[in-house]
Amino acid sequence: MPEVDPVVQQVVARHGGDPSHLLQILIEVQEVFGYLPAPSLTAVARELAVPRSRVEGVAGFYSFLYPAPIGRYRILFSDNITDQMLGSRALLEALCRKLWVEPGKPSEDGLVSIDTTSCTGLCDQGPAVLVNGRAITRLDYRRVNEIAELVRKAVPLDRWPAAFFQIEDNVRRRDALLGPTFQPGSALAAALKLGPAGWLEQMRLSGLRGRGGAGFTTHVKWKSCRDAAGPDKVVVCNADEGEPGTFKDRVLLASHAERVFEGMALAAYATGARTGLVYLRGEYRFLLEPLRALLDRMRGDGLLGRSILGEKGFDFDIDIHLGAGAYVCGEETALLESLEGKRGTPRIRPPFPVTRGYLGRPTVVNNVETLAKTTLISLGGGAAFAATGTAQSTGTKLLSISGDCALPGIYEYPFGVTIERVLEDCGAGDAQLVQVGGASGVTIAGYEFQRRIAFEDVPTAGAFMVFDSGRDPFDIARNFVHFFAHESCGFCTPCRVGTALLKGYMDKLALGRGAKVDLADIEWVDRLLRNASHCGLGSSAANPVVDTLIKFRPSYERRLKSLEFEPAFDLDAALADARRITGRDDPAAHLDGGRGR
Amino acid sequence: MDKPKLRVATTSLAGCFGCHMSLLDIDEHLFELVGRVAFDRSPLTDIKHCGPCDIGLIEGGVCNSENVHVLREFRRNCKTLVAVGACAITGGLPAQRNHLDLGACLQQVYRFRDDIEDAAVPDDPELPLLLDKVYPVHEVVRIDYFIPGCPPSGEAIWKFLGDLIAGRTPRLGHALLRFD
Amino acid sequence: MTKQFLFDGQPVEFEDGQTILEAARAAGHYIPHLCWHPDFPPHGSCKLCIVKAGGRHVSSCALPAREGMEVESNTPEMNAERRALLQMLFVEGNHFCPSCEKSGNCQLQALAYELEMATARFNHFFPDRPVDASHPDVLLDFNRCIFCELCVRASRDVDGKSVFALTDRGIHKHLVVNAESGRLGDTDFSVDDRAANICPVGVILRKRVGFALPIGSRKYDGAAISVVAMKEGE
Repeated sequence: MPEVDPVVQQVVARHGGDPSHLLQILIEVQEVFGYLPAPSLTAVARELAVPRSRVEGVAGFYSFLYPAPIGRYRILFSDNITDQMLGSRALLEALCRKLWVEPGKPSEDGLVSIDTTSCTGLCDQGPAVLVNGRAITRLDYRRVNEIAELVRKAVPLDRWPAAFFQIEDNVRRRDALLGPTFQPGSALAAALKLGPAGWLEQMRLSGLRGRGGAGFTTHVKWKSCRDAAGPDKVVVCNADEGEPGTFKDRVLLASHAERVFEGMALAAYATGARTGLVYLRGEYRFLLEPLRALLDRMRGDGLLGRSILGEKGFDFDIDIHLGAGAYVCGEETALLESLEGKRGTPRIRPPFPVTRGYLGRPTVVNNVETLAKTTLISLGGGAAFAATGTAQSTGTKLLSISGDCALPGIYEYPFGVTIERVLEDCGAGDAQLVQVGGASGVTIAGYEFQRRIAFEDVPTAGAFMVFDSGRDPFDIARNFVHFFAHESCGFCTPCRVGTALLKGYMDKLALGRGAKVDLADIEWVDRLLRNASHCGLGSSAANPVVDTLIKFRPSYERRLKSLEFEPAFDLDAALADARRITGRDDPAAHLDGGRGR
Repeated sequence: MDKPKLRVATTSLAGCFGCHMSLLDIDEHLFELVGRVAFDRSPLTDIKHCGPCDIGLIEGGVCNSENVHVLREFRRNCKTLVAVGACAITGGLPAQRNHLDLGACLQQVYRFRDDIEDAAVPDDPELPLLLDKVYPVHEVVRIDYFIPGCPPSGEAIWKFLGDLIAGRTPRLGHALLRFD
Repeated sequence: MTKQFLFDGQPVEFEDGQTILEAARAAGHYIPHLCWHPDFPPHGSCKLCIVKAGGRHVSSCALPAREGMEVESNTPEMNAERRALLQMLFVEGNHFCPSCEKSGNCQLQALAYELEMATARFNHFFPDRPVDASHPDVLLDFNRCIFCELCVRASRDVDGKSVFALTDRGIHKHLVVNAESGRLGDTDFSVDDRAANICPVGVILRKRVGFALPIGSRKYDGAAISVVAMKEGE
């Protein structure tokens, strides 16, 4: 292992000794050592002149940072429900058997560790794994065998078969955004002709609303930022697409990134921002180099940097920061904290980012798709954009479709499309329910399939997971409950404890130990999550359970063991240690019909 | 005509009988109490098994298989089951072993000692086996009411029973609610 | 003309920038809280101070008061939710009051009395959290931590030492100290630090002075926290 201090000094120097780059620094230090040894945290703290406690706090927050040793091959199975439905858990077990490791525990020789991770955004080509941060798709037993061989022979990742790492766009339906070819620079040129005020007016006419899920009107955000006091404004692109079942931003960044970056420049033109930051989720690390290369090309073409397209005073450039496995950082204030190199804990609002955002500066935070859409508005005008979709939800929406359907992938529809229509197009003939908007979204039962995708009816950041009649709604909700418990930042009491409690109740039911009173308890915890949580993660963590309890209650009830009360633990199993220690197995050494000799 | 007496059963599981001592601490109210209730299974009566009762008072947490049997007997027979004291409600002092390895605990107590030859962990079938952890009673059966305290004061127990006997929803109020 | 809002049906005056909690306190109304402290900016993590404003749940410590707002605080509904939040705090840690030297002076316990919490209701997590006795003058018993971050904030913002920080996340979140060894004895922590004297529960304890006050004369033995807190400006 290389010496700690020189490595850390080099990495810190590359970041100009800037403490706001702490997360990026830790990611890069870890790339050298494989994990973050305690002395490396001490060295980072010393070089940045920040308290070590702060560094340790950040290092412990992110799933992809490892303060303890981990395998040289770090294999993470995407654990979204769609991956599970494609057999990911059995494949994980098979790989563990082949390599003689237990999930979550590095092998004794430190060669390999195998574990699960939250949705990696490859649901249309799963089951997916990340090996040392690189995504492998379409896993099957053959691939598992090959991976086991490559790991055992310690073949460097660069020499693994290229086919493993092939990622498809799977665009199945193109409309306004994905249809036409885009001439880089054309959207900026069109906006420059209008001037900042004229351009913002087109944005107002477009009625564009945020595509990240919340649906806030974009031009209002931009205008508030423009009008906020502070000379050094910031445009942030939220590419932390962590909502399970969502992968449209991955496709936009892989194949339409010039639109996204130009959208950021358009936002800068409207607001007067000079700094642009992309927060790219760690799972999409494989996009980092191509995106950086594209930024270089744009600089060369005069689309970024000083005097963009020759416009004096229009200076704007973009840097990319990586996330490190924390869903909560998709929440815009947690994202800003993370961009500042801190733990991704959501801030108190107000103040809102448009007045006090990144490093206290007025900041616009927009979703990848929102920014890409602004190029359409610049090119075609706000009124033309507003002519599609519905009155309250203008334009088109990208849906990430996965689960039980013949043709998973990306579908672009004008807002207002019915769920029925989408199901028909993606070849889902036997849909029992659709989870729209991901784990935090809405569970749509069959009798609601005529509802429409729109902010005023069924809103979504893009996830559209289909479940056929063979699936159990309880299992789906339980998967999401586990997801939220894993991703809770732990800042506020209701979410930190409530998600853990909810996980306990769902596991109890899954083990067949549920009682009727548990359903009432679940509903009570759900209410606390909704009412008292600090941010959207907590308040929406209850959604899948609330929805399935209303719409698919028998799926819970049939798991009940008792209508009164059941302990959460197996009483006979709780005696197992004592039986082993005393060597007893007589009938009195058991409870509840556990078997004696 | 006098009202029929309520039947009351009491027991101490993994507890120290301190809560029972507190029950005796209600002093002259004891006369009043026995005028209104009759005791079924209880350390006060030495009745071995609980019959149908109106009220069951449980002291102590659940640390072994016998505790489970007794607690379930009470739940089956008592219309109202009350957890009395810190151990019943939280596991209490016995639950301080919950983060220790059970085997290590037993070895420490029974094996590693100089004063006994051939020291070993007892394996007599007459002895109840220990559970992996000490559990609060409400995690093993449904509990209707809780009287916290270590122990609850005689006053608190009397207030609580007085309410229960009179048919009021028991309420300790701020002055009598104590965790220590 | 001064601005007003309605607090449990009673008019409360406020100045611009004052939060609901501050304005209510100035008018003599107590709102339960654990992570809020008059000497520090609002934190908003414990959520005990939730109130309903205009029908929406908000953290009263963080939300600025607004003219005409209708705030519900001391209602059966809000108190039931606060009691449940306390129950969550009790089950996630190891809160064995009878052996804790903070008993009687503990805000968590006093709030449980205030809100008549007789049981923690949920299943206990019984986490394994070893104590740190490495410092000559101070003991850290992490079993009782409620993650209010008052010690984190006091050490960072008042003492200028950043002795404490939180690491990990979710239910695994925990306090760490500013030393590679992880031991308080290896930090520059002092018993006179503000951070040493701010813990609302029994995590940060001075050695050799425990159980000094007999039961009956401790802080919350005589009066409820709603009375003590208002009298002492806490």
